[in-house]
Amino acid sequence: MLGFTIREISLAFREGRISPSELCRKCLNHIKETRHLNAYITVTEELALKQAEESEGRFLRGAPKGPLDGIPFAVKDNFCTENIETTCASRMLKGYRPPFNATVVQKLLDQGAVLLGKTNLDEFAMGAGSTDSAFGPVRNPWSYSDTYRDQSRAEPDSDWVITGGSSGGSAAAVASLSSFLALGSDTGGSTRNPAALCGIVGLKPTYGLLSRHGLIPLVNSMDVPGILTRSVHDAATVLGVLQGLDVKDSTTIYHPAPHNDLPDDIDIRKVCIGIPKEYHAPGLSRETVSQWSHVADLFERAGATVREVSLPHTQYSIVCYHVLCTAEVASNMARFDGLEYGHRSAVSSSTEALYATTRHEGFNDVVRGRILSGNYFLLKRNYQHYFVKAQQVRRLIADDFAQVFGSGVDVLLTPTTLSDATRYSDFIQEDNHTRSMQEDVFTQPVNIAGLPAVSVPAALSQRGLPISLQLIGRALQDRKLLTVAKWLEQQLAFPQIQLGGLEARGGGRSLGVSQREQTSVA
Amino acid sequence: MAASSMGLCTVVCNINRKITTRYPRIFSLNTCHHVCRKSFGSSTQRCHSQAQIRKKSVPQQLVGVVGLEVHAQIHSNTKLFSGSQVRFSAPPNSLVSFFDASLPGALPVLNRRCVEAAVMTGLALECTINRKSLFDRKHYFYADLPAGYQITQQRLPIAVDGRLRYSHLAGRKQNQVVTKSVRIKQIQLEQDSGKSLHDDSRSQTLIDLNRAGVGLMELVMEPDLCCGEEAAAAVRELQLILQTLGTCQGNMAEGQLRVDANVSVHRPGEPLGVRTEVKNINSARFLARAIDYEIQRQMEVIGSGGTVLNETRAFDYKSGQTFPMRDKEGLQDYRFMPEPNLPPLLLYDSETAPPPQGVDPQQVVLIDAVRKTIPELPAVRRERLVDTFGLLPEHSFTLVNEDGLMDYFVGVASQTRAEPKKVIGWVIKDVLGLLKQQGLNVSQSPVSPRRLAQLLDLLEDGRVSSSAAKLVFLELWKGTGRSPAQIVEEQGLGMMDDSAEIRRICQSVIDSHPEEVRAIRTGNKKVLNKLVGLVQKETKGRADPVRVRAILEEGTS
Repeated sequence: MLGFTIREISLAFREGRISPSELCRKCLNHIKETRHLNAYITVTEELALKQAEESEGRFLRGAPKGPLDGIPFAVKDNFCTENIETTCASRMLKGYRPPFNATVVQKLLDQGAVLLGKTNLDEFAMGAGSTDSAFGPVRNPWSYSDTYRDQSRAEPDSDWVITGGSSGGSAAAVASLSSFLALGSDTGGSTRNPAALCGIVGLKPTYGLLSRHGLIPLVNSMDVPGILTRSVHDAATVLGVLQGLDVKDSTTIYHPAPHNDLPDDIDIRKVCIGIPKEYHAPGLSRETVSQWSHVADLFERAGATVREVSLPHTQYSIVCYHVLCTAEVASNMARFDGLEYGHRSAVSSSTEALYATTRHEGFNDVVRGRILSGNYFLLKRNYQHYFVKAQQVRRLIADDFAQVFGSGVDVLLTPTTLSDATRYSDFIQEDNHTRSMQEDVFTQPVNIAGLPAVSVPAALSQRGLPISLQLIGRALQDRKLLTVAKWLEQQLAFPQIQLGGLEARGGGRSLGVSQREQTSVA
Repeated sequence: MAASSMGLCTVVCNINRKITTRYPRIFSLNTCHHVCRKSFGSSTQRCHSQAQIRKKSVPQQLVGVVGLEVHAQIHSNTKLFSGSQVRFSAPPNSLVSFFDASLPGALPVLNRRCVEAAVMTGLALECTINRKSLFDRKHYFYADLPAGYQITQQRLPIAVDGRLRYSHLAGRKQNQVVTKSVRIKQIQLEQDSGKSLHDDSRSQTLIDLNRAGVGLMELVMEPDLCCGEEAAAAVRELQLILQTLGTCQGNMAEGQLRVDANVSVHRPGEPLGVRTEVKNINSARFLARAIDYEIQRQMEVIGSGGTVLNETRAFDYKSGQTFPMRDKEGLQDYRFMPEPNLPPLLLYDSETAPPPQGVDPQQVVLIDAVRKTIPELPAVRRERLVDTFGLLPEHSFTLVNEDGLMDYFVGVASQTRAEPKKVIGWVIKDVLGLLKQQGLNVSQSPVSPRRLAQLLDLLEDGRVSSSAAKLVFLELWKGTGRSPAQIVEEQGLGMMDDSAEIRRICQSVIDSHPEEVRAIRTGNKKVLNKLVGLVQKETKGRADPVRVRAILEEGTS
């Protein structure tokens, strides 16, 4: 049952096939078995069992709270969790226990969902590999899958592949079947990128639809909480629970959630799919291109309109993002001075020395590098030339999307990543900055424009690793986007992960994941 | 939405609305920079204190140029961006929300009350209220600034282009009212910082974040002032306006109103000189002294061939001097950036710019609605006092500038038959005099307006003499709750009606002072006053002095 979707497990609860406590224990066990993936920074075992027990009571009384009651979930460790360590995978916040829950976490708890723990990430969500964490890199569960092992033949621990990032821990948790749902954050692709490489669904909602209160910011004007699940239907369910105006976040917008589920029977004929020609980027793998055109054909054959569109300013997106991101990072990170909370250096010869050593000791090179760049761009003499220019380019990029959607296109179809997951040993040959520039190319214009987008796993590569595609929707048309994504998911019938490699590693046992009910197969 | 933080939309709709402030004709309407700067050293009319500080060693006519930056703490229940309470002298760090401590993930939520206060203040100072304003982050590292930046309004503030009209007394007798004005460049909403308490003996700094995040209005004035006296008068008037509006309590000693002065000197017609910024000023009086000291200092520097340094200086009230502040940070680059967590602040007007459909009225500030709630401003009050009661302008100043005194005066004047001109003497000399002497507020006066009015009626009706009235007043001040009439009755302070008795007392005074009587008879009529005084002493001031004089004249002729 660990391979079930939320919808399936919720039904199993109602039918009494499994209890929330039983499921919670299975998940906690499985977290231990998959510990080498390094998906979790903190596992909240006691709390999870207590919450599961409460949920079980509600099911026994016949009064479950809703579709998420009893569902185990994991949260990226950059969301504040009340009295639960929240580190951002940084030495700076080791041991930091926030006094409040992020709004999105609180909403899940209010729905009776069961918090399993906090997941690993690139420090302060800066990265595209989940390799730059103070707690070590996250391993992609597919490294231990039968499909990958059959091709690779090397020792599983020597040629494992990355999860992508920065929400790699969340993606690994859902993909390795230890959690049914995970919250990620998405600033330039941090939810969709690891979802794509781990073969799960990763939703980045419209900016403002979900509250950022309690999400430790990377880039406030682009950050959104992301949703990682095993099916599009589940993502839509969670979105419905999480969305809504939050008085604690002035950038949220009022947009009521629909009351009904996504339909199972979807008519795709009235949908117009746009294929941005600029997304044929250098470095795009042959296999990904072929999946991309295969899926475009699927849409066309099913009667959807498919047409090529142009997003001419996309090419400037990365550099524009770099300026805006580092500027906001420099600003947001200013608060970490060792005074109120977090790491404080032992050096106290002066306040300035305390600041300097605290920040040097607390942040990794990537964070420090972005702070330096950002402060450079914000200097009075540079502000117009860099920051203001970047804001203008941002507007042009957003206008590109607006124009395309204004011309009748409903959804854009693009790759999510350049290729399937890279081996860790290859990935770290390049620095974080270069990697982020390469990896975010398809995802990050969406954040610049504040649009909703979802990554859907399409197929396995020859290496036996997931290849995913991205669908981008109009602002606040998240539901329509997910409807199209669900249709696509139904057509593709992406295979279940078979974690035989876990057994080979000696730490696993048969998961029976092949038992998963393929409700999504049309 | 992301689009809201892109900062490219700079369309500004201005609502230009002037508050009409009419001034009595007797007020001379001068603006400071015309009077002071142009006339310095050549005209007879010049800024009083500048004349004092002018040095003969400076050959050409240097004049002072002063611009003020005022930080006014907004009088509100909660802070600018959080729900923490605002209270002075609460236990350290007891009024700190997650946002105030800048816990990561906590976001700012704008306080509507603070917006209304800024709009009201802007309107009262004849500003243009910007229908759209923006928030920015101003970065610097300081221990009492937990986020590492202050949220302020650098690019597009909530109010611009205003004017503060103020008056001060001038002339040899300080009875001439001179009215001037200083331009307000802008009013911006921003956060206050916390407080650092340096413990040098233990080389520790303690941080109190109670004040961190309290709403401030920063009022930036143009350099239209020329001396300390003007600056002090402008600040006093501003203080009064803010207190009248209720947007700031204005207590400088408690830091609710903080004034920094930008001071420079130059020769009229030439570009402005290098300026210094004087900080650490906690009263209007010290502001005047600090500015005058600084102008004199700069004149001396230039006079001796030196150059003024662009620096921040602190005022030491004990020595009356300014000193360069230890500038730890060197030249600051504040690395301003738009605040991405706050959408643009949009204001509406029910007539000219109604809020769009579907917007929650609770979330909207209407400029015209705020305008309707502006109370009568001090200048208008003074004018009304002069017009309605025929008071002298300087009296109207005293009444308006002392919190509650105007209402007290109006209360007395409306309940007595006595002339307002008589009432004003009692209110200013007797009531205010005793209040000041005992360190009390008007609201703490033991004598209510009604009691004073009753006393003045007794006086008006000739039932007590003016000297007896003073005695009754002192008795009233004891606050026993008895009415003036009762006091007069009980203490026998009423006018003597018994002619025979008065004649008897007069005769006994004449009989016992033969020397004086002789002097009067030889023509020294002044001595008669002494005898009148002696009779009044005998009657405890209860006899009609006119009648007493007539009897005495008769008896000594």
